[in-house]
Amino acid sequence: MQRIGVFVCHCGTNIAATVDVKAVAEALGHEPGVVISQDYQYMCSESGQNLVKDAIKEHDLGGVVICSCSPRMHENTFRKAAASAGLNPYLVEIANIREQCSWIHKDIATATEKAIILGKAAIAKVHLNTPLTSMESPVVKRALVIGGGIAGIQTALDIAEAGFDVDIVEKQPTIGGKMAQIDKTFPTLDCAACILTPKMVEASQNEHITIHSFSEVEDVKGFVGNFTVKIRKKARYVDETKCTGCGLCTEKCPMKKVPNEFNMGLDNRSAVYIPFAQAVPKVATIDPNYCMMLKNGKCGVCSKVCSVGAIDYKQQDRIIEEKYGAIVVATGFNPIKLDKYDEFAYNQCPDVVTSLELERLMNAAGPNGGTLLRPSDKTHPHTIVFVQCVGSRCDDSKGKPYCSKICCMYTAKHAMLIREKYPDTEVYVFYIDVRTPGKNFDEFYRRAVEQYNVHYIKGMVGKVTPKSDGKIGVQASDLLSNEQLHIDADMVVLAVAIEPDKTARPLATMLTTQMDTNDFFTEAHPKLRPVESATAGIFLSGACQGPKDIPETVAQGSAAAAKAIGLLCKNSITCNPCTAHSNELMCNGCSSCEKVCPYGAITYIDKEFRMPDRTTAIRRVASVNPAVCQGCGACTVACPSGAMDLSGFSNSQIMAEVDAICK
Amino acid sequence: MNKNLKEQVLRSSGVNVLKCMRCGKCSGTCPSYDEMEYHPHQFVYMVEKGDIETLMKSESIYKCLTCFACVDRCPRGVQPAKVVEAVRLAAIRQQDGNHLSPDQIPSLLDEDLPQQAIVTAMRKYAK
Amino acid sequence: MQVNENKEFQPLIVAFCCNWCSYAGADLSGTNRLNYPTNVKIIRVPCSCRVNPMFILRAFQRGADGVILCGCHPGDCHYTSGNYFTRRRMTLLFSMLDFLGIERDRTRVEWVSAAEGAKFAATMNEFTEAVRKLGPNRRLEDLRCRKQ
Repeated sequence: MQRIGVFVCHCGTNIAATVDVKAVAEALGHEPGVVISQDYQYMCSESGQNLVKDAIKEHDLGGVVICSCSPRMHENTFRKAAASAGLNPYLVEIANIREQCSWIHKDIATATEKAIILGKAAIAKVHLNTPLTSMESPVVKRALVIGGGIAGIQTALDIAEAGFDVDIVEKQPTIGGKMAQIDKTFPTLDCAACILTPKMVEASQNEHITIHSFSEVEDVKGFVGNFTVKIRKKARYVDETKCTGCGLCTEKCPMKKVPNEFNMGLDNRSAVYIPFAQAVPKVATIDPNYCMMLKNGKCGVCSKVCSVGAIDYKQQDRIIEEKYGAIVVATGFNPIKLDKYDEFAYNQCPDVVTSLELERLMNAAGPNGGTLLRPSDKTHPHTIVFVQCVGSRCDDSKGKPYCSKICCMYTAKHAMLIREKYPDTEVYVFYIDVRTPGKNFDEFYRRAVEQYNVHYIKGMVGKVTPKSDGKIGVQASDLLSNEQLHIDADMVVLAVAIEPDKTARPLATMLTTQMDTNDFFTEAHPKLRPVESATAGIFLSGACQGPKDIPETVAQGSAAAAKAIGLLCKNSITCNPCTAHSNELMCNGCSSCEKVCPYGAITYIDKEFRMPDRTTAIRRVASVNPAVCQGCGACTVACPSGAMDLSGFSNSQIMAEVDAICK
Repeated sequence: MNKNLKEQVLRSSGVNVLKCMRCGKCSGTCPSYDEMEYHPHQFVYMVEKGDIETLMKSESIYKCLTCFACVDRCPRGVQPAKVVEAVRLAAIRQQDGNHLSPDQIPSLLDEDLPQQAIVTAMRKYAK
Repeated sequence: MQVNENKEFQPLIVAFCCNWCSYAGADLSGTNRLNYPTNVKIIRVPCSCRVNPMFILRAFQRGADGVILCGCHPGDCHYTSGNYFTRRRMTLLFSMLDFLGIERDRTRVEWVSAAEGAKFAATMNEFTEAVRKLGPNRRLEDLRCRKQ
């Protein structure tokens, strides 16, 4: 039996006015194990705390019950006081007799009676409290950023700025992501490459940043502060350390008919290629699907022309293993596939393009050198129709239920740029709603209408039909004038919905983070913790968490970096000691607890047990990682054998409270 | 507004008109748009408002070919053609005369009746 | 359970409240001085999913007349998914209690957020009245545990 001290607070008159505090102290003094029971005006004051500290020393207390305000208010105050007097802070319990008693009741007799019962419950619980120590878990001072788009680059630069090492893993041969493909940015119309490529160079030159391009995360083990990650460095058949990026091999390569992904397949590249002029790292990559040397061993031109001998046809995928303290996910987005939208004739007509393809068509480094020409016959288009919400806001199986957020603005940008450069072009934009919340966004859209005379039509395109004369028939509704329009267009541009990258879901499984039904990563709190995942040590950056434009992505990238830096600054993490633990002798290894754990804190280990007949048996038992466990207790109820229990809120403690209340 | 009529149309069509986000793709895709006084998106909106008697009096309910282009392309899955069909049904029921025997049909056939109308009359039961 | 001849029946009600939402909601009803009966005694748990059905049976065994379990609103759980487990487990438990002949109104699951002090007080008033109407719980009570 513990030696327990009870301290009843008056809280001025807040408690004392409706609860007879003297009577409470008197009644609780007779409870088993209670050696001292006192009341005082303000228990949380300096002198009140000293009262507690002195009593702990004087009476050699093994448990303290404070009858006062809510534990959400002063639990930490009293825990600290107890700790300074040499008592384990987790041997302090609070009975809430203010918010849940004196403030809500008026009758002194019944309120006093209830306060005594609440005090008894706390005493019953504190008898079963065990001293708990917060575990310290070391932090590896290195961060991993998954994805090398603008989100990942920004995050990596900010973390490196704080002096920590960062690795970027990018699955493409170059970092830069979608922003590198974009021509101009709204609402300022800066050239995207002009503001992005300096950042890419900065990332490659920063001594703290290591870029693993053409690599993918293969496996993630561990927990906050201590992740072990396997990274597959895919074979690019070029020695990264030797290649100077001179580009001679790409010129001489005889296989020139490979669709160029960077230009959205609108032109061709060679089998050995550098995605674009400012690629980082500027290293060639051989595409094994097209390289004749790799396919049938006949060619080898690139290896002959390479002056530094960087070509290596025998290169294999390599797997490297690194330790990280924090992981930032920045896997980004892709436009959806349009296979299910026959009505827009995307697959039938080359002049029906997506907005990202239009970015390349208009880009000075694009297939037409910046002149807007129809992909089919390389003539100037004179009538262009933009269709908004293609696949966004769809409640059917074809599209996505959410608003893709960026399309209204980039369409206004495209329309404006086309009208600026080619004033003889008629531009129609079919919209359902124009959504422009953002700084200078609505002004930008109004400029497209008022200054550039872009025809915004409220309505939707129902059907796109390629015609034999090369025109494209567009049938659409104009809801405001209540008529059906038939436009003979030269080009149709579809504002396609965006979706999270396909690699995000397997990654979420590896990281034990949560995703919504659209495969966007779920943040720990939609308002107050928007850049953290619910799993400790995993942060979210950019469009992997939801559709975002560039400024928002950069803001979130920096926010995620700040969170990661906050974690990396610590030498060790203090973990909440109220975590689950399993009684290995009772555990059956059934996996029930593992399935309900939202944090992936429970794993199974094969453990040797000494049996009564002196043999050794190996059994599979649950093992909780206290650094990952947040102490919700879901597993304790799921456990069929009762092996799982939660420190600080154990089964016996809660039962004791129930008993004390019902006595 | 006739609440009973609205309820009847909603039930017989099985359509939730509140899902409509007013994009107008149904009217954009409709092949008999120019023949109709009220267009597919108006059908959906007017049924939502409960203004069904106006629709019942309009010729538009007989101009819909039930080609189901709007049903196929509606991004919200509203199925406007089924709304039109339900209004048409309400009109027929009100006149108390849905008594056409199959033998009468050949004599009633019109030279100008589009083939599509006959074909789709069957199709609407398949969807 | 207390019955005095000249007083109305005072049921004993045990409330399990999750630390992050409902316990804070209960605190808020105190801060706003919103009254509810003294019959309600609150036990703090980290999450509503920490409440083992055994705890509820234990309360009934020891003479509680009603048990209410409060958690965060679905989707708002501090531990992301705990209250979904609660909802499933309690559905099963309540149908078992129903089978045992425990009136359905003696148990309840309620979602109370940290901002819903008024809802907490109103729920407790309503629940206490409902249990008061049902009278003392005798079916699961262990008479050996009854206080003399």
